[in-house]
Amino acid sequence: MNRTRENSWLILIAVLGVVFLIGAPQVLELFTIINLTTAIALALLALSLGLIWGFGGILCFGQSTFFGIGAYAYVVSAINFGGTSWAVVVAVLVAAAFAAVLGYFMFYGRVSDVYLGVITLTVSLIFYNLMRRTSGPEYKIGDAQLGGFNGMNAPPLNMPGDASWILFPEDVFYVAMAALIIGYFLCVWLIRSHFGRVAVAIRENELRAELVGYDVRLHKLILFAIGGGLAGAAGVLFANGVGRITPDVFNLYNAALTIIWVIVGGRGTLIGPILGAFGLFYLISSLGQQASINNNLVLGVILVVFVLLVPRGIVPSVIDLWDRRRGRRGAFARQGRRRRSRSPRKAETHHEG
Amino acid sequence: MKGEIVVETRGLSMHFGGVVAVDQVDFTLREKELRCLIGPNGAGKSTFFKCLTGQLKPTFGDVVIRDLNVNRAHSHEIAGLGVGIKTQVPNVFEGLSVQENIWLAARRFHPAARARSLVEETLDRIRLTDIRRETVNEISHGQRQWVELGMVIAAEPWLVLLDEPAAGMTHEEVQLTAELIREINKTASLIVVEHDMQFIRMIADKVTVFHRGAILIEDTMDVVAADPMVREVYLGHRKK
Repeated sequence: MNRTRENSWLILIAVLGVVFLIGAPQVLELFTIINLTTAIALALLALSLGLIWGFGGILCFGQSTFFGIGAYAYVVSAINFGGTSWAVVVAVLVAAAFAAVLGYFMFYGRVSDVYLGVITLTVSLIFYNLMRRTSGPEYKIGDAQLGGFNGMNAPPLNMPGDASWILFPEDVFYVAMAALIIGYFLCVWLIRSHFGRVAVAIRENELRAELVGYDVRLHKLILFAIGGGLAGAAGVLFANGVGRITPDVFNLYNAALTIIWVIVGGRGTLIGPILGAFGLFYLISSLGQQASINNNLVLGVILVVFVLLVPRGIVPSVIDLWDRRRGRRGAFARQGRRRRSRSPRKAETHHEG
Repeated sequence: MKGEIVVETRGLSMHFGGVVAVDQVDFTLREKELRCLIGPNGAGKSTFFKCLTGQLKPTFGDVVIRDLNVNRAHSHEIAGLGVGIKTQVPNVFEGLSVQENIWLAARRFHPAARARSLVEETLDRIRLTDIRRETVNEISHGQRQWVELGMVIAAEPWLVLLDEPAAGMTHEEVQLTAELIREINKTASLIVVEHDMQFIRMIADKVTVFHRGAILIEDTMDVVAADPMVREVYLGHRKK
């Protein structure tokens, strides 16, 4: 995919995103808008995994851990601060810092890819069990009662700097959608930067990256922490969309779901995981309204079908199909060009030979 | 003797369990020197090479690169000193384009604008300008070897360590590679681990022969090739 075409797609995505941001609250019901806010939060979580897995090659099986930590940190600090302005910042920083600490032990301990998946999943489940056991009155951080498996009510966002100006659900939608668009373009910028290109290089060949002189562990750590911060921001939006936060965010179902979004949407793209999260969110919520088919069964079938038939996910496969259809038209021209380009070099070597 | 010492090992040993792969090797390389390391399979050349590049940590002894002890250094730190390294199996960024591969190496040590012009220069030198946009896993083996050499060149190193740079190449490709290496030698000191005797004759200045983890002899190619002991351990096997 060349840069010019990629740029025109980015412009299209930006335009569609902004149209959706402005238009959705005008035409959709409030209930749908609140639901959308939750979907957007999940899409941002998918984006964070798409970044570190698709571009950094780090298969984190517990990306929802940072999502949950972000959500809890937001609620706890919002209750303690009596406002959400700084709580948002704290949530993102705590999630990123936790990812950095966990990443430090994994990357500097040279943990292999498989065990990285196991460790991150285990950490998620540890949090799940830990938070479920915090129902007693003694489990509180400052004024915030952790609430065990009932979780905590999430204070809604307020205008930055003015704790008395509580945002309406429509406003929270604007914030969420804007956050997703900004998050997406931050990721685009990141993977185009020197740092991002090195991260991709590390995904391709760690040893070579090291021999070229890049500190593989440090690059992975930074990328992992950025992914953690992004997931933390998603957690803040999720707490706002749902209105409460429970230990269920740390459970196996959510950990696996995050992976499935990225697999279905497509690794190695940023828009893929976002679309995967939206698509599956709406599929599952529409399935939730009937009782004849089990949700998890459908999800399992989708996963199996994708792994077997569309292993690269929707977006990369569509791009491929598109390229091939256009390529057939241009194939002859390309072949000719290639043949021409090879011959002069051969002629040259013959001279020297 | 040429200039100052740039690489020195003192009593370098590498043990794997009970196996002694490299046994107390004292080795020196001086500035602008081009040294070939040869020896039969299992002589310890590649292990020695990996100790120099930080891929293995020596059991005993020291590796000193320009007065800096790099025993415990990571590969990226050694590369960061301005050392270009090419491994035995071509290690390239498979899914990326030829020019992206080169750019990543150039950009590590140079600002953006300089890196871009270095990519152009390097593509020209390794004669891959025509296929710069192709993905590395789609080009031929010899070309991949050149991409890796290009990554070494693009970083403008002062010391270059190459492990079998001509492995699996056609005769023509080998000659081009030899030319490239001589060109690199104008600005950098080199250590080349190699099997291909013809290739060594093309480039060699001074040759170090490894045998059973130790240095057997160190001299010019002609002297080495005429040495009866070398013939016995190494060339003898090939003579038939």
